[in-house]
Amino acid sequence: MNQLALLVAATLSAGTPLALAGLGLLLNERAGVLNLGSEGIMLVAAVAGFGTALLTGNEWAAFAAGALAGAALSAVFGWLVIWLNTNQYATGLAISLFGSGFSAFVGIDLVGKQLVETPAPSVPLLRDLPFLGEALFKQHPMVYLVMTLAGAAAWFLYRTRAGLVLRAVGESPASAHALGYPVRRIRLAAVLAGGALCGVAGAYLSVVYTPLWVEGMVAGRGWIALALTVFATWRPARLLLGAYLFGGVTMLQLFLQAQGVQVAPQFMTMLPYVATVVVLVLISSNPLWIRLNMPASLGKPFFPGA
Amino acid sequence: MSGLPTVTPAAAPRLRLERVTKRYGAVVANDGVALTVQPGEIHSILGENGAGKSTLVKIIYGAVRPDAGVIEWNGRPVQIRSPHEARHLGVAMVFQHFSLFDTLTVAENVWLGLSRRVPLRAVVDGIRAKAAEYGLELEPDRAVHTLSVGERQRVEIVRALLAEPQLLILDEPTSVLTPQAVERLFVTLRQLAATGCSILYISHKLDEIRALCHQCTVLRGGRVTGTCDPTQETTASLSRLMIGAEPPRLVRRESERGALALRVRDLSLPRLDRFDVPLERVSLDVHAGEIVGIAGVSGNGQQELLAALSGEDPRAEDGAVRIFDQPIGRLHSAARRRLGLHFIPEERLGRGAVPSLSLASNLLLTRRESLRRFGWIDRGALRTQTSGIIERFNVKSGGPGAAARSLSGGNLQKYIVGREIDAVPKVLIVAQPTWGVDVGAAAQIRGELLALRDAGCAVLVVSEELDELFAMTDRLHVISKGRLSPSIATEAATVELVGEWMSGLWGEEAAGATAAAPGRAAGAPPAPGEAP
Repeated sequence: MNQLALLVAATLSAGTPLALAGLGLLLNERAGVLNLGSEGIMLVAAVAGFGTALLTGNEWAAFAAGALAGAALSAVFGWLVIWLNTNQYATGLAISLFGSGFSAFVGIDLVGKQLVETPAPSVPLLRDLPFLGEALFKQHPMVYLVMTLAGAAAWFLYRTRAGLVLRAVGESPASAHALGYPVRRIRLAAVLAGGALCGVAGAYLSVVYTPLWVEGMVAGRGWIALALTVFATWRPARLLLGAYLFGGVTMLQLFLQAQGVQVAPQFMTMLPYVATVVVLVLISSNPLWIRLNMPASLGKPFFPGA
Repeated sequence: MSGLPTVTPAAAPRLRLERVTKRYGAVVANDGVALTVQPGEIHSILGENGAGKSTLVKIIYGAVRPDAGVIEWNGRPVQIRSPHEARHLGVAMVFQHFSLFDTLTVAENVWLGLSRRVPLRAVVDGIRAKAAEYGLELEPDRAVHTLSVGERQRVEIVRALLAEPQLLILDEPTSVLTPQAVERLFVTLRQLAATGCSILYISHKLDEIRALCHQCTVLRGGRVTGTCDPTQETTASLSRLMIGAEPPRLVRRESERGALALRVRDLSLPRLDRFDVPLERVSLDVHAGEIVGIAGVSGNGQQELLAALSGEDPRAEDGAVRIFDQPIGRLHSAARRRLGLHFIPEERLGRGAVPSLSLASNLLLTRRESLRRFGWIDRGALRTQTSGIIERFNVKSGGPGAAARSLSGGNLQKYIVGREIDAVPKVLIVAQPTWGVDVGAAAQIRGELLALRDAGCAVLVVSEELDELFAMTDRLHVISKGRLSPSIATEAATVELVGEWMSGLWGEEAAGATAAAPGRAAGAPPAPGEAP
C-alpha cells in the first residue's frame, strides 16, 4: 500500500515537467508553429535555473530564470521561422542541437555542485491523511500549479476571445490575416509563452526533480512532450493525463528495478520511449481524431500579403 | 438610370480611386485605374481572369499597397495600409474562397470578424437579428464544416453586415451558388444598397451584372477600358469592352452516339474523412461520340466521384466502374490510362502538372512514347513530341523546356488538355475544363473537346459553369449531396430545372428510369430523359 502511494507521488512529480513543457508546446502548436527545439530549450533553461538556484538559493528565482532563458531561445526560433520563414522542422532541430551543446558548455562548472537542501514541501493537514497524504499532498507546489495551468489553458483556448483568435491563427493564418489579425505577432507570442513554459519545465528538472546539473539531463523529455501534444490531440486536459501516464511508466520501471524484478535495466529504461511510439501509432490509426483537432496550418510558413 | 439612387451633386462619392497603379516585377497589374463608387450604388468591376480585378480589390481592402495613385474615402484622401484599417473605415469583404475557419462554429467565425469587444452571446443574438432582417437562414451554433457552400457564403455575408459596412465588396460571389440562390443573393444585395451601403461587385458574368448593377467599370489588361450603365448595354457590347471582341461562338454538330464506353453502376463510397461527401449509388453511362456533363454546386461529391473514376481512389467495387465492359473499379490511374481512360483534373498546378517541371517532363508523367528500354528517356523524341503538342494546340510558352508554372492559366490548360487529347483517349474525363481561363482559350478548349467527341471519344465533363455545360454537352446529370440525378438531354434542359436538381430535388420516378437501365446496358439504351 505504501509502495503504491509512493508510486503515485513519484508519478505526479515525474509527470510535472512533461506537462509543463507539453502545455507550452500545445499553445505553440495551436498557433500553427511546431517547435522541435523543445529539448534544447529545456536544457538551456535547466542550466540557467540550476545556476540561479546556486547563486540565490531561491527556487522561484530559478524558475523565473528558466522561463526567461526558454523564452529567449524560442524568441530566436520564432524570429527565424515566423519572420524569415525558415523551415520549422530544420530550425527546430538546429535549436535543439544548439541548446544541448550550449548548455553543456555553459554548465561545465556546475557539474557536481549541490543545491542547499530545502525542507520537503507538503500541504498542511491533508498530508496526514492515510495513503492520500503520502500519494498526493507531499508534493512540490509546481505539481499543483501545473494542474491549475492545464485548466487555465483549456479555459483560455475554449472560453476566451484571445484563445479563439489563437486557434483561428493556427487553423488558417491567411483567413486570420484577411480579417485583420496580426498573425505573426500572435504566433510569436505563442512561441514565447511556449518557450517560457518549456523553460520552467527545464528548471524544475534541474532544481527540484533531480536536483543536479548533468550534461543532457533532460534526457529526451523535450521530445516526449512533443509527442504528448499529438497524443492529447492538442487538448490541455488530455495532455495532463498523458504526462502522468508517461511519468507513471518511467517510475514503474524504477520501482520494478527496486523490487528486484529480473529484467535487463536497459530494457526498462527503454520503456517510456517505446510507450511513446506505441501510443503515437495507436493515435494515428484513427486519422479522423487527429485531423479534426490538429491545427490545420501546423508547421506551414505564412507569408502575409502573398 | 432607373436603378440609380438619387445623389446630390454636392455629396462626396463613397470611394474614389485615381491613377492607381500596381506593378509586380515587369507585369503591370493595375495601370492608372480610376473608379468612383457613389453611396448606395451597386458598382460592378468587370474583367477577365488576369485583368487586374483581384489586385484592385486587394488595394481597396488594404491587403496590397499601390505603387502610385490616390484613394479618397467619403471625399477624404486616405491610405489603407491593412485590412484592419479598411474595416475600421467601414469596408467589408466577402471572399471568393471563403475566409472561414472550418472547425469553429458560425458564431465564433462571426465573432472573429468583429473588431469591437462584444460577448459571444451578443454575437449570437446579432446573427439571429441580421439573418432575420435579410431573410438569410443561419444557425449560429453549427460548426462551419457541416455547412454547404451556399450557407458558408451566408456566414460571410452576415459577418460583413454585422460590421455595419459603408462599402461591401463581393468577389465572384455567385460561382458557388445555384441559380435560385443567386436570385436570393441579389434580393439581399438590393435591400442592402437601399439602406445606403455601397456595393462593389466583382464578376465576369455579364448577365448577372446587367441584372444587378447600377454602374460598371470594365478592366482589361490592368487598364480601365470603359465605364457604363450595364442596364443600358447588351451582353455583346459589354463583352467587347471586356475582351475587345465578341465572344466566339461554338460550332456544334449532331452527335453520333456509338458503343457504351464508360459505365458506372450503383457506385457507393463511404467518406474518407468528415469533410468528404459520401457517394450514394451513382449511376451513369457515357457512349463513344457523346459529351455527358455533370452540373452541380462545388462540394457536392464531384471531387469524390472524379477520384473514383480517375483511379486516384481505387476503393470502388470492381464492377461498379467499367470501360467497354471491363471492370476497372480497383485499378489505379496508370492502369486505367493504359485502357484508354484519361483524366484532366481541375487543379492545373499540382495535379494536372508539376509546377516546377518543364512541359516536356510533364508530358512524361502521362505519356510513355519517348521512353526507351530500361526506362531511358529519349530526350530528342520527347522534345519533338512536346513541340508537336505546343504547336497543335497553339500554346504560348517558352518552348518544351519552359516550367509549367511559367505559363498563364489558359495556356497551361491548353497544354494539359492537348497532352491528353494527343494521347487519343477512348474515354476522357475533364473537371472544370475552363476554370480561370480567359475567354479565347476557353473557346478553343471547348472546341477541341467537341472535335474529340466528333472523332468518337466518350467525354465526361464535370463543371460548375452552367453556360459551359449547355454549350458543349449532349446529356446532363446533376450531382447533389453525393447523389447523381438521372440524365436529361441538354436541349430539353432549362436553367430552372437544373437549378432545382442542384438542390437535390429530382423526381424519384425519373431516378427509376436510370436504375432500370443496367439490363440493357450492353446495347445503347435511350437516355433516361428520352425514356418512356
